[in-house]
Order: sequence, then C-alpha cells, then structure tokens
Amino acid sequence: MDNTSFPMKPVIDGPMHVSLKHDSAHKHVTGQAEYIDDIPEPAGTLHGGLGLADRAHAQIVSIDLEAVKAAPGVVWVMTADDIPGANDVGSTGRHDEPLLATDLVQFHGQPIFAVFAETRDQARRAALLAKIEYSDLPHWSDIAGARDNGAPFVTEPMTLKRGEPEAEIGKPPLRVQASMEIGGQEHFYLESHIAFAIPGEDDDVIVWSSTQHPSEVQHMVAHVLGVPNHAIEVRTRRMGGGFGGKETQGNQFAALAAVAAKKLNRAVKFRPDRDEDMSMTGKRHDFRVDYDIAFDEEGRIHAVDATYAARCGFSADLSGPVTDRALFHADSSYFYPHVHLTSQPLKTHTVSNTAFRGFGGPQGMLGAERMIEEIAYAVGKDPLEVRKLNFYGQPGSGRTTTPYHQEVEDCVIARIVDELEQSSDYQARRQAILEFNEQSPVIRKGIALTPVKFGISFTLTAYNQAGALVHVYNDGSIHLNHGGTEMGQGLYTKVAQVVADAFQVDIDRVKITATTTGKVPNTSATAASSGSDLNGMAAYDGCRQIKERLVDFACRQWKVEKSEVEFLPNRIRIGGDTVPFDTFVKAAYYDRVQLSAAGFYKTPKIHWDRAAGKGHPFYYFAYGACVSEVSIDTLTGEYMMDRTDILHDVGKSLNPAIDIGQIEGAFVQGMGWLTTEELWWDAKGRLRTHAPSTYKIPLASDRPKIFNVQLAEWSENAEPTVGRSKAVGEPPFMLAISVLEAISMAVASVADYTACPRLDAPATPERVLMAVERMKALG
Amino acid sequence: MSSAIRFILNTEELSLGDFGPTETLLDYLRLRRRLTGTKEGCAEGDCGACTVLVGRLSERGLIYESVNACIRLLGSLHGTHIVTVEHLAAKDGVLHPVQQAMVDCHGSQCGFCTPGFVMSLYGLWLSNEQPSRQDIESALQGNLCRCTGYEPIVKAAEQVAESRPSALFDPLERDRTEIMGKLFSMQSATDTLVVEKDGARSIVPASVEAFAEVFSQNPDATVVAGATDVGLWVTKQLRLLDPVIFINHLSELKSITIEDGGVSIGAGVSYADAQGVMDAVVPAFGRLIDRIGGSQVRNMGTIGGNIANGSPIGDTPPPLIALGAELTLRSHSGRRTMPLENYFIAYGKQDRQPGEFVEKIVVPRPAENSHFAVYKISKRRDEDISALCGAFYLMLDAEGLVEEIRIAFGGMAAIPKRATHVEDMLTGQPWSWGVVSAVRDAFDADFQPLTDWRATAEYRSLTAKNLLTRFFLETAGAPSELHRFELEEA
Repeated sequence: MDNTSFPMKPVIDGPMHVSLKHDSAHKHVTGQAEYIDDIPEPAGTLHGGLGLADRAHAQIVSIDLEAVKAAPGVVWVMTADDIPGANDVGSTGRHDEPLLATDLVQFHGQPIFAVFAETRDQARRAALLAKIEYSDLPHWSDIAGARDNGAPFVTEPMTLKRGEPEAEIGKPPLRVQASMEIGGQEHFYLESHIAFAIPGEDDDVIVWSSTQHPSEVQHMVAHVLGVPNHAIEVRTRRMGGGFGGKETQGNQFAALAAVAAKKLNRAVKFRPDRDEDMSMTGKRHDFRVDYDIAFDEEGRIHAVDATYAARCGFSADLSGPVTDRALFHADSSYFYPHVHLTSQPLKTHTVSNTAFRGFGGPQGMLGAERMIEEIAYAVGKDPLEVRKLNFYGQPGSGRTTTPYHQEVEDCVIARIVDELEQSSDYQARRQAILEFNEQSPVIRKGIALTPVKFGISFTLTAYNQAGALVHVYNDGSIHLNHGGTEMGQGLYTKVAQVVADAFQVDIDRVKITATTTGKVPNTSATAASSGSDLNGMAAYDGCRQIKERLVDFACRQWKVEKSEVEFLPNRIRIGGDTVPFDTFVKAAYYDRVQLSAAGFYKTPKIHWDRAAGKGHPFYYFAYGACVSEVSIDTLTGEYMMDRTDILHDVGKSLNPAIDIGQIEGAFVQGMGWLTTEELWWDAKGRLRTHAPSTYKIPLASDRPKIFNVQLAEWSENAEPTVGRSKAVGEPPFMLAISVLEAISMAVASVADYTACPRLDAPATPERVLMAVERMKALG
Repeated sequence: MSSAIRFILNTEELSLGDFGPTETLLDYLRLRRRLTGTKEGCAEGDCGACTVLVGRLSERGLIYESVNACIRLLGSLHGTHIVTVEHLAAKDGVLHPVQQAMVDCHGSQCGFCTPGFVMSLYGLWLSNEQPSRQDIESALQGNLCRCTGYEPIVKAAEQVAESRPSALFDPLERDRTEIMGKLFSMQSATDTLVVEKDGARSIVPASVEAFAEVFSQNPDATVVAGATDVGLWVTKQLRLLDPVIFINHLSELKSITIEDGGVSIGAGVSYADAQGVMDAVVPAFGRLIDRIGGSQVRNMGTIGGNIANGSPIGDTPPPLIALGAELTLRSHSGRRTMPLENYFIAYGKQDRQPGEFVEKIVVPRPAENSHFAVYKISKRRDEDISALCGAFYLMLDAEGLVEEIRIAFGGMAAIPKRATHVEDMLTGQPWSWGVVSAVRDAFDADFQPLTDWRATAEYRSLTAKNLLTRFFLETAGAPSELHRFELEEA
C-alpha cells in the first residue's frame, strides 16, 4: 500500500480531551437546528389544548364541556373516561398521578380535560369554555401548612445514622438549634414541553417528545394506551433545555398526544403555553432544614442532627430519590463524627415537584453550609477556617466515613480550596472588605469561599446502565446512537469524541443520530450528571467490539499477530502496511465482518441498602470550590455580584470548552435559585410567578462582573471512567452557595459579625433587607 | 374597503391583506412562512427567543431595531423591513461574523435561545461599532439564556466588534439603499389602510388627523403603539380586539424635542428614542429607561403608552409626576392639557374621554440647583417590573430650606401617586437629617401598599422610607446606590 496516497495526520480531528464546538453550534446560530415545533406537520395535524383546574384541592361536582365541543375548529374533547389504558403517568408505579383528574383536584392547574382542534389557537380558546363546578376541600401549599395539617408523606422517608448522635447532641461546649427555609426553583428551559405523535398501523405510534427520558415516555404512553411497549417509539433529537424538568414531566403531553393520535388517526401536537407549562409541571423542591449541632470552641463539629422537610406536591414523582439525595449531601464536604439525618417528603396541594439539576443535593449542601456559618459566627471565625477544620480527611485519618457509611477515598477538596484561596487572593480581599465595611454606612460587602463535593451515580443502582448502537458503514462512515439525550450539555459531542477516538477517525465521519427507543432500549434518564459516564462507556464498548472483529480480520487477512495491528489517525497499520480506514472497512465488509455492535455498560462497585442506610451508592465524587464577592445596599436589600472565582474538578476533561460552559451555566443558574428566583403561591394555592414577567432568572447583567473559571488541570478520576473524566452537569450548580453566604456576610456586618444572619433562600432584595433589619435590631 | 399592508420580509417584498388585528408577527413567520428559526419561548416579550429586527425609516435614516415578534402585531409592520435569523448567513452557508463569533466562543448550548441572541447581537453590531460591556449587557437585557451563564455570549459580542468585515458581506449594509427606496415608496401612500379579516379590522391611519377622526368614529377601538402591553392581552388572555388602530408609524407622534425649558415627548416616542434626549436633560431618567424591559421592549414600547394604560406600576409616571410633567390629550374635537398626576383617577380609571388619545408629554427641565432622583426597586435589576418606584424632586431656597419637593411613587397605591403628607411636612423645613428622619413615618399616611409576588406591604413601606433616606444622603453628597458600572463608565 502506498503510504503517500492519503493524508498522514498525526492526530485526528475531535479526539477526547480537546475543546470542540458543540456539534449543533452551526445549526443553532442559523436557526436550522430542528426542535419539535419546527418539524413540518403532516396534513391534518391537530393541536391540543388543556382544561386546567382552578382550585387547589376540591371535589369535582360536574363538568360541562358542551361549549368546548361546539367551539370553532374543535375535533375532539378528551376526559379521563376516554383513556384506553391506565389513567396514570406517575413514574414510581404508585398510581398516584392521573393523566386527567377524575373526581378529585389536588393542585391548581391540574389537567382535567384536553381539547383537540385544527389550530393551536382554536384549542386554547376552546379550553376556556368549560363549566366546571367544584366543592372545595381544605388545602395547604407549603411545608408549614403541611405540618400544621398533619400532611402525609408522598413516599417513605429515609434516615441516615452513624455514631451516637443521641448521646452527643446537646453535649457541651457549644450547641446551635435553628432552621433554614430554602425555596424551590422553576427550570425555565427555553423550549417549553412539547410532544408530537404520529399514528401508525396496529397499535403503533411514533412520538417525538422533548424529554430527558425517552424510555419512560415510551413506557408511559404504552401504559396509558394499554399496549405493549414495543408499539411505541419515542424520538428525541434535542431539547431546548431540560435541567431535570424533562425527566418525568413530559410523560403527560406525550400520552395525551398519543391517545388523540390513535383515536383520531391524525398527527397530534401538544405544546402548552409557557404559563401553562410553569403552572402544571413540577419544580425544584422547597425545603425546610431543622438542625441541631454540637461543636467545640475551635469550630470542630461533634454531632449533627438535622431534619430535611420537603414540599413534594400532590404525588410522589421523584420526591423519594430527591429527598434521599438531600440527605446524601447534608454532609457537604465535612466529616460528622456523630450524625442523624431524616427526610420528610411532605404532601402539599401544589404541582408535584420533580428533578432539577442537583436533585436535592443543593438543598442538602445548603443546609450543611448554613451549619458551618452558624458555627463560624458562634466561635467568631471566618467560615472558611471552620470549613477547613471539618473537611473529610485522607484515607487513614479516621475522618473519611460518610453518614451513609461509604468511605470517601478520592477527596481532593483541601487541595482545591487551598489553590483557589491563593489564586483568588481570598485573604487579602476579605481583609479589604472588612475595612471597607467599617467605613461604609449604606453599602456593605461580603465574600465567601464554599466547597462542593457531589456523589456521582443514580442512587437506584439499576439505573446505572446504558446502551449504545454503533454502525460502521462500508464507506467508513459511522452511525452513532445511544440512550442519552442532548439538552444542550454537549453529550452528543462528547460521545462522538469517544467514538472518533476509539476508531481514530476524524469526528466528521461520525454521524450523531437522534435518541430513539427503537435503537437502544430500556435506557435510563439522561440525569444525575451521568450522561457521558454511562453513554460514553457504552459507545466505547460498541466500538471495542467492532474493533476486535476488525483486528481479527486484519490478522486473518494479513497473517499478522494482534500486536501488529494498530489504529492510527484515519488509517490502520497492519504489520508493515498502512491502510486507510475506509479501504480497510470495505475489505472487512467483503470478508463478511459484522460492522455493527450494541454496546453496554453498567457502573461497577456501587450498591445501596436504603432501609439500613448503608452502602456504596456513589462510584466517585466530583469536587469544586468557589469564591464570590458581593455588595449589598442596606437601605433596600438590593445587591450586585462583583466577582466570582471558580476552581472545579472534572477529572481529565473530555472537552474543556463544554465543561467550562457547564460550570459557568450551572453557577449562574444556582445563583438565580439563591437570589432572584422566587416561586410565590397565593392564599388560594395559585402559583402567581408562572411566566418570565414574574419569575426572574438571571440576565447577562446579573452574572458576576468579574467571572474566572478554571478546571483543576491536574485532576484525573481515580476510577476508570471514560477517559478518566468526571461528571459535570450538576456539581457546579452548588458553587453558587458562595453567593448566598457572601450576601449573608455583608448582612452580618451590620451587627459587626456577632450573629449569624440566618438569611434564607432565595435572598431576594426583600429577604436581604429584612435580614439587615434583624441585624440592626441586635444593635 | 379592505386593503393591504406592505413590507419586506428578508429579501421578499410583500403585500398582506388577509390577517386579523391580533395576529402576531411570530405566528406569521412560523406558521405561514415556515421561518422556524425564530422561536417562541414565552409569548410575552420577556425571553427574547423570538427576536427579529425591524427596519424602519426614521429621522436618522433607515434604522434596524430588535423587537419581540411574539407580541408584535402584524398591523404595526406597514412600511418596514422584517429581518429574521435566516437572512444572516450567506447563500453558500458562510456564517455572518456575529454567528461565527457565537460558534467560536461556545455561545450556544441547547440552542433554543440562540437565534434570538444572534439577532440582538446583530442589532448591536449594526448600530454600535465599539460597544462597551455595559452596551452589550444592555443590548442583551431582553434575552434569557438558561444554559450558558451568558459569559461566552458577551465574549462573542466583544469578539465580533473587533472584526468588522467589508460592508458587502453584510446583507443589510449591502442592500441599504435599495431597501430605503422600497420602504419610502411603501410609505408614500396617503390613504388610511383598513385590513379586514373575518369581520375584524386593523386600521392603519395615514396621519394623526386621520387617527383622530377614525378614533372618534370607533371610540371602543384599541389603540396600539408598541403592543408591549396589548400584545399580552392577545397572547395570554386570548382577548379578541376589534378594531385595532395602529399608530406606531405616525411620525408626527414620534417627535421628541427640547424646547424652552423642557422636553416635549410625542406619544409615539419609544423608550429607546427617548433615552438619548433624557440622558442629556435628566440623566437619572435616562438611566431609569435602561431598566425598563429589555432592548426589544424599549424599541417598541412608548412613554405615551406607559401613561395611557394607567398601570399603577408603570415606571415612567413617578418620575414624570415628580418632574411636574404635563399631559396633552387630543381628540377629533381638540386638545386639553393637564398635570400628569391628574390623569390617574383610580385603579383602571383615567381622565380620558372616548375618542381621546395621549398626544404628548411635556417635561419641564429641572431648575438649576435642584435635585432629582428616581429609584426603581425590583427583584431583578434589569428587565423586571417595579415592586416600587420612587421619584424625588427637591428645590432648596437660599437658606437651605425646602422650597419645593415633589415625591411620587409607583407600586405603593392603586395609581402612581404623590406622597403629599411627606411633602407637606418637609416644605419650608431645613433639609437636614433630623427633619428627614422625623418625617419618614409620614409615608404611612400616604401609602398603604399591598402584598403580592413582587414584595410584601412591609417591604414596600420600609423601602419607600429608606429611599427618602437614600435621596437625602445623595443630596448630601454621599452616594448610596449600587451601580454595576461606574456612572463615568456609562
């Protein structure tokens, strides 16, 4: 073979560990990236509209839909009676989440009926014409109301215990007992939920769904239609954002569209209005943390007893694993010698809360960081000093066991915090701020450095599996499919890099194809930050199988040993020959080599016994730290983000540009959660912040004025993950806790740092001003 | 007498005569033209995913402004050039520099907001060759991104400002003269246009005179200038409006002039058009405008509309009242002028007769040595609605006594309202901390605010008092307001 007839690149385009643009970037900026609402509609496509309850808790006395049926363009009005299979879209198997309410309304905005019309406008207008009579029942919207009314749990609480907390809590020298309120959060993905169903023969339906969990949508649609899973194919090319809000919440729209499509034998699209989406889909859980801590004068923690109560809404949805994960992160990065933690997943008459980036972890950690603050103000130290005293130790230190009895074996938090403290000039800036505050009557500043340690793996062990499908076509182009979904996080790009790297071909040879239940079955949600860990490894496994067959073929054909076959950039070296990849693949095809493989991966090592509260639920931990500096106005509670410095651990990054994008985005989203994003229900149980006019996510002008983000370049995952990388989706969200604590420090300055301000979240200007007033009252 | 509006959509010259008065530009683009690059994120002008540029002839020639297609009604587009994201890249697929910068800087993740950001950045790129960080952030106030944290998008804006390719590359620069000619000929028709669909009428009057006449004949008509409020009646409340009179194109209502001692603002002057003049005459007012809506809303919305709709939380009435602005209402039968504060009677009720419309607002230039400030308090600093908004105008006499003080608040009562008890207690008194601190509680006599999702009554009351404190401190030379950018940087 002539070695000069094709380019001898030293490296391929788009291997692992390089910054590569998002695979769809070009299509994003030109408007050519296709979202579900952009797909050309078949002739006769119908559009769905929803009739929503306008009571928080009531018996439905009567439903009169005559005017709806008579409205222009209306083809069909659907109630629960029209559901062929189960009237249930709950993801837990508890049958506690009806697709359409029958006799009982359990939250304001719950769907009661659906209307299908020739246009979306007609469907929306018709839906307003129903006459529904209710008989009101007592309702409560929040945790306090749930406790006052003896509300039930929507799922089993969890308890974690280690050491002898009963004996140690309350022991001298020091003790603090208090509470923290933590608000929820709306996902505000820019693309609202949407489903588009196209009926087929037999029981078949194809559903395009904006979902992080195509397999669950498939199973739910089958469940509602009363048909086997094999009849339903769910496809997702991309979402316009997910953040957990499309893990379970897309089920209802897909099911409604599919039922109508089968009933009417027409294509059906369901796209709720933004206000409907925000009213009728779940959010991040609000929490109330009641804590009781024992510690010494140095600030060293002896024992922690904390109860994490959550506003779960009317059904279980994912509240079980969310409240579990809150407890798993109630230690943040700190060793608790004696600890007792309990969750209270409370039922409320609000929309059922769901997954959201961090999945309870942020609330768990925020409670822990509040405890650190309490200790710091009690002993008169910088909270950073207290943090350092309480960090998990290295193996052998006797300070490595978590409240769930897993050993922390890969702890790099001390190194990250030390490096960030230096690189951000933390100590000098803190000193300057203390001096500034002495001179400034109205404007006050604060600074805080907070750590992140986040456990990676689904805590339900079974979910830690993934599949991929890899085809190498006989022209040497590669078709890649896997169970993960693309919601902007760059998963498709990263997995394509893994495949390009495995075959040593330029990435433009790899065609990334839409996720579909027809190619890879029984997938897990793209969630828990696991997307590239699981799907990257599954795709790698598919490549490995094909490569093994190709190597065998080369050995047979060229009569060489395996050690003499090497995949070089876009070519194969076989003994003394070098063959272009596509030529080699074509030869393999003619030798009848199977060039397609289903890859599979399951995370090793992990196990979890929930009842015992013991096990090894996490494969590894991702770490990071953040310093934020803020200014507040003590007359109005307004604030500004002056500067943020981040050092974050993504192991050996698969794609540094994408990882930095995840970190910046997660931080700003976390900052929004803790500052301006406030969910507000009125006395009737109506969510009144159900649109961007009333619910305020951060803008470009809210991000820190100086914003430095670095990866811990030296880090490699201690576990053999894909390319020794670490998950990045969720962990950096919690870096934003530094913002809340920096605001808190600025508030504390009003009372000369003698008391913990107990600033709850979100720290709206109002909460900040009221905290300032409390500090002023202390004199 | 049905007729048609004319406009240019990207490269195509169009005449459109079959649309209803509440049909939005976004639905037209997506459903009727299959231009699906423009996205619907919220349908209320707050997220910017639907951002397109609208070119119009103005005193400054042909200008392109970013607008929210989701609440822009079709009837307001006569004689304009609509530019969507599909118009930017070259026919051979080469990206426009603005698009390329977004790719290079990793400015998209999920991509859904991206076309809107590209259009806002493009609007900035066209109008500002050397944008500061503040200019960039201001241009992006009306665009929400939930993925990136904005840092790469701001970097893209900076990067593209540095590299400006030849004008031939840019479709709007290249075709500018031709487009101007076409728009000019479209606008030169002198007849009032009435487009009727299913019996509902869109009326595009040829002049203010014609507007006054047609409004007198149709006193129940909805008058639409910017549609930043009416657009939501359509998209959220599904209200059927008929007829709708569109007035945003009426150049006679769009004049803003500095005249003897004051500024005269025509009812059709957008926030964006007012900003430059107000920056010069009342800088604090100019800064307030930067905090009203996003850039798209400021390009569409008008100060006249902000007054006419009578909202208790409109941002411009408090400073206008504190400055002593006068309002001129006009109808077919004549004009009348009143102090602005008298226009607001009660919640949802204004002193406006059927067929009467706001023609102009005259804002007196603040007296030399007077003090003026306006403070908007909201959960999020930019693109939010006030929890409360307080404006203060103070004139001291030679002895340092309060000669004149006007304090007006929005968000504290059912209408924008003056704090007359506080004013009375301060008038004639020394402007000292002792006096000011003693009158703070008099706000409780002026205002009994409500609790809602924006703030509690307690917060509103306390903050109103504290804003008087802030105003006092600032007049005493102790600035006590946070600014993201130093005022000199502005």
